[in-house]
Amino acid sequence: MAERSFAREVQDLRLGAGETFRGEGILAITKALLENGVGYVGGYQGSPISHLMDVLADAQDILGELGVHFEASASEAAAGAMLAASVHYPIRGAVTFKSTVGTNVAADALANLASGGVTGGALVIVGEDYGEGSSIMQERSHAFAMKSQIWLLDPRPDLPAIVKAVSDGFALSEASNSPVMLQVRIRACHMTGTFAARDNRAPDMTVREALDAPRRDHSRIVLPPSSFLHEQEKVTKRRPAAEAFIRKRGLNERVGPEARVGLILQGGMHNGVVRALEALGLADAWGETEVPLYVLNVTYPLVADEVLEFCAGKDAVLVVEEGHPGYIEQEIRAILHRAGARARVAGKDPFPEAGELTAQVMEAAIRSFIETEAPQMLGDRARAPNLPPRLVGPAIDDNVPARPPSFCVGCPERPIFAATKLVEEELGEHHIAADIGCHLFSINAPFDLGATTMGYGLGPASASAFNAKGARRSISFLGDGGFWHNGLTSSVGNAVFNDNDGVIVIVDNYYSAATGGQDILSSRAANKSKATGHPITKAVKGMGVNWVRQVDRTYDVGAIRDVLREALTTEATGPKVIVASSECMLNRQRREKPLAKKAVADGKRVVRTRFGVDEDVCTGDHACIRLSGCPSLTLKETGDILRDEPVVAIDESCVGCGNCGEVADAAVLCPSFYQADYVQNAGGWEQWIAGLRARVIGALQRRRAARRLELRA
Amino acid sequence: MAVGGQGGGVLTGWIAALGERAGWHVQATSVAGVAQRTGATIYYIEMAPDGPRGRPVFALSPAPGHVDVLIAAEIMEAGRAAQRGFVTPDRTVLVASTHRILAVSEKQVPGDGRGDGAEVLAALRSHAAEIVAFDMEAVAREAGSVISASLFGGLARSGALPFAAAEFEAVIAGSGRGVEASLAAFRGALDWQPPAVAPPASEPGPEMAGPAAMMAEWSALCAELTAFDAEARNVAAAALGACVDYQDLAYGAEWLEHLRPFLGRGVALERAAAKYVARAMCYDDLIRVADLKTRARRAERVRVGQGVDGAAVLRVTEYVHPGAAEVCSALPRGLGAWIEGRAWAFGALDWAVNRGRRVRTDRISGFAMLWLVASLRPARRRLLRHGREVAHLEALVARALAALPGRPELAAEVLACQRLVKGYSDTHARGLSKFDRVMEGAAAVWDRADAADWVRRLRAAALEDEAGQALDGAVATVRSFAGPARDPERGAA
Repeated sequence: MAERSFAREVQDLRLGAGETFRGEGILAITKALLENGVGYVGGYQGSPISHLMDVLADAQDILGELGVHFEASASEAAAGAMLAASVHYPIRGAVTFKSTVGTNVAADALANLASGGVTGGALVIVGEDYGEGSSIMQERSHAFAMKSQIWLLDPRPDLPAIVKAVSDGFALSEASNSPVMLQVRIRACHMTGTFAARDNRAPDMTVREALDAPRRDHSRIVLPPSSFLHEQEKVTKRRPAAEAFIRKRGLNERVGPEARVGLILQGGMHNGVVRALEALGLADAWGETEVPLYVLNVTYPLVADEVLEFCAGKDAVLVVEEGHPGYIEQEIRAILHRAGARARVAGKDPFPEAGELTAQVMEAAIRSFIETEAPQMLGDRARAPNLPPRLVGPAIDDNVPARPPSFCVGCPERPIFAATKLVEEELGEHHIAADIGCHLFSINAPFDLGATTMGYGLGPASASAFNAKGARRSISFLGDGGFWHNGLTSSVGNAVFNDNDGVIVIVDNYYSAATGGQDILSSRAANKSKATGHPITKAVKGMGVNWVRQVDRTYDVGAIRDVLREALTTEATGPKVIVASSECMLNRQRREKPLAKKAVADGKRVVRTRFGVDEDVCTGDHACIRLSGCPSLTLKETGDILRDEPVVAIDESCVGCGNCGEVADAAVLCPSFYQADYVQNAGGWEQWIAGLRARVIGALQRRRAARRLELRA
Repeated sequence: MAVGGQGGGVLTGWIAALGERAGWHVQATSVAGVAQRTGATIYYIEMAPDGPRGRPVFALSPAPGHVDVLIAAEIMEAGRAAQRGFVTPDRTVLVASTHRILAVSEKQVPGDGRGDGAEVLAALRSHAAEIVAFDMEAVAREAGSVISASLFGGLARSGALPFAAAEFEAVIAGSGRGVEASLAAFRGALDWQPPAVAPPASEPGPEMAGPAAMMAEWSALCAELTAFDAEARNVAAAALGACVDYQDLAYGAEWLEHLRPFLGRGVALERAAAKYVARAMCYDDLIRVADLKTRARRAERVRVGQGVDGAAVLRVTEYVHPGAAEVCSALPRGLGAWIEGRAWAFGALDWAVNRGRRVRTDRISGFAMLWLVASLRPARRRLLRHGREVAHLEALVARALAALPGRPELAAEVLACQRLVKGYSDTHARGLSKFDRVMEGAAAVWDRADAADWVRRLRAAALEDEAGQALDGAVATVRSFAGPARDPERGAA
């Protein structure tokens, strides 16, 4: 079950000619795939392209009607390999993943695909997770395109332009027998807009038809001598064909009048460039510009003739290119140099060498370029900008806290790290390898656990060097998502084979939670189109691990602590695998909350559990927060003038997971936590006994109160 | 600007729908994904009326100095927006909820690590073209809704967008889910009135209750508070009340005796002495916990906190984990010391008692257990723990008195170090060790004119982190310039 239902979005996929699609960029791409006769779609979820996968997963009916095959690939490598269906058959195929991480994983398959080339259009939709909001290393997908000779589309961030890129991409791929990458950045994926829909188109050839009439062409298989021919073919046939197609179909755009200076930009930078020019008085809000623009909707390969034509008669051009290294700038310099053209090229200076081209960076760099090369173009306002001040000073700087992402309220992973902290208090600090997933938040306060993260499912593999018999053992974490993605073989298999003594903790929350709660092999709920319910422990044992422990309620901090201690101290050799399972609370609440609400309304007995803190028992040391960090565990003033510190309080967002009580118990913190179970629609007997108890307790309370002095307020 | 999980996506959708209803061109973007989980998040909308030239080119991220409306779902996020240049005095209308969502970095400090929202708000007031700021979280909660609805109301209230309130309401009505509650929160924010300023209440003394005879004695005891400076009297009354509540009237009288030497030496010292002597006397032990958890007032507070009335069936489970040390210290002095002195006996006791216990205090058996523990209160003075706490208090008072002759300021700072001693089991032990180290540092600078400053600095350092790293640094600094520590009680300046 994904994080949310996409029933409404699925309906949008049925729109036809004459209707208008409204929605976000990544869904526009999804619709465009169907309009372009795609035959199969695969991919691996991850921000910012998760919604493409989620919507198609919910759209089985439409896909069935059209004869389109969809699958949620086990990894990006599996997705990349899936495009092999377009090698011999004229079937259009598309796969999608987060990049550059996903492209890294898929690189093996993509390189093989690009070597032999394709017959049917093959589109790789990469969600470029770069800049603010990104959760991965900052690199460019551009390098993959260059090294494998995959063409790279980077359309203007505008729904019609993105939708057109899908159709152009398939056609370009077929015209040049090469796979094509369509790059969309985070904000473009989540950007809303409209475009004129077209009718969906069934694929020219379905996968079923291909299976029933198999084909092979020996020359497309990557093995010598063909592989050497492929290399030649790329530069003698496919790339020229691609360049001719790009030029003929006008995929790149030229905007604005002739002038002595001009900007060459990635399509994805277009809107930011226009906004910066507008601020400088050189363009209006509709993109009418005084500075000529050459918009590269295809950023690889560049079409040398187009570049030369744009630069002809110009003193200088500025290359607007996000990220490092400046591949486009380098190539433009080479093109101009080779042709002996005299236009000066600016790029990474005035732009910073690396980093996101934010609005501020964009404006500053373009201003600097124009000031240097064409100062007469700038109006008075732009020459003497009267920039409004930022708010600085201690009132802001000393008070505004950093707010990194962290575990949600009631997250089942929190108690695992609380237990790890407790074990470390007993046994000392250990080398801890982290992995990709929500559990990586352990590296932040309050846990501060984990030294490295080397890739999805690679946590234990990244601790493999630390295998010294008799030494303190390493602990490595990976999630269930990472486990099925790559962890089973690269991490667990590797540890078994090399007799690694380390401890492996598999954090199983029933979903690929960080990417939106998609189902995976070990998910517990039934799924109409996927096989779930494959226990992780079974896979681990099958891999040859002898020491395996399953903990079925991660909130039992004491149990997790004990099993971790055992794993770290047992005499057994080989990897020690702990599978710690509890459902992702975000998903669980989404499922259970409406049901509980309905049950209460129907008069059924429902118990609502929340935790509380006795404010006069709490001493204000906040040790519980240092072992939790739960958003619902917060601080409040007591109004008691005898106290200096705010006390701990639990707010209404508490879902009653029990972590704080268990932590207070396991860490022997303090007795201020209590669990309150509110029984809604209690039965007659239950009410009667509760009343009886209240009367007896009340009598005891009154008896004591009558014999002593007691503060009231 | 929002904190992940606050419903920023819903609000963004509403604002976009508002524009679209009016036939405007709208583009909304967000940075979703992993960073959305409880982290700071930005949603960005550009919109413009339709015109002959169609849809403008919309940017995907805000530019400093070019933001017309900034909606912040929490006051520190408003501060962060201003820090980034997204709130500027020439054009930005700021709609902000003034409530706080504390960041982990603020909450985990052993002392008080919270940023000051009021300071941020004050700075913002002079830095926005217009500002609509009040607690919109409270408005939403009152309406049984979430903050996205009240922020939408705040936006309507600001008048920053040329749409009538009815248009806003139509958008909410069209959104399908929880419409009534959302509309109530929307209107709550739209029509919000600042609460009338209550007349400054006269400082109420502690409200004591009990049998008439004891109340008469209590009044007599309170009469002695006139010995305090008028400005220290509220603290003194609270402290006296706490001691009587903790033990009995005689305990209150003991407190008064401890206080006498500190009277008449300035308000600051009187307040510090009243407060910290009381805190040292009202140490946290098993009896205290059991006492607090079995009071009628506590049961009532739990019900209020859980939002249920007296008739509702509420099961309450206490999470308690007493160890041998706590149990031992609650034994008569001789017996407790005897067990502590013998590892086997202590181990056996620990084996018997040291485990997490879940006590159902809504049941008679669970309640009675705590009630019986609380009934040890009259015997407290004879218990092992009490002897230790008395010794600790006497040492603290003696140290403060050593400073008193010439330096009431230093005496007050020394007393305030009692603040470091708090909590149960390990937390208590750690606090005590920090207290000792601060006292050592104090001894090293005892003769300096700025000793009081240094004690304050050492104490602040001790409260910065759990492990005491900041304190280590501060102690090292003190050692670097001060000579070897000396015992202030024997050689006061």
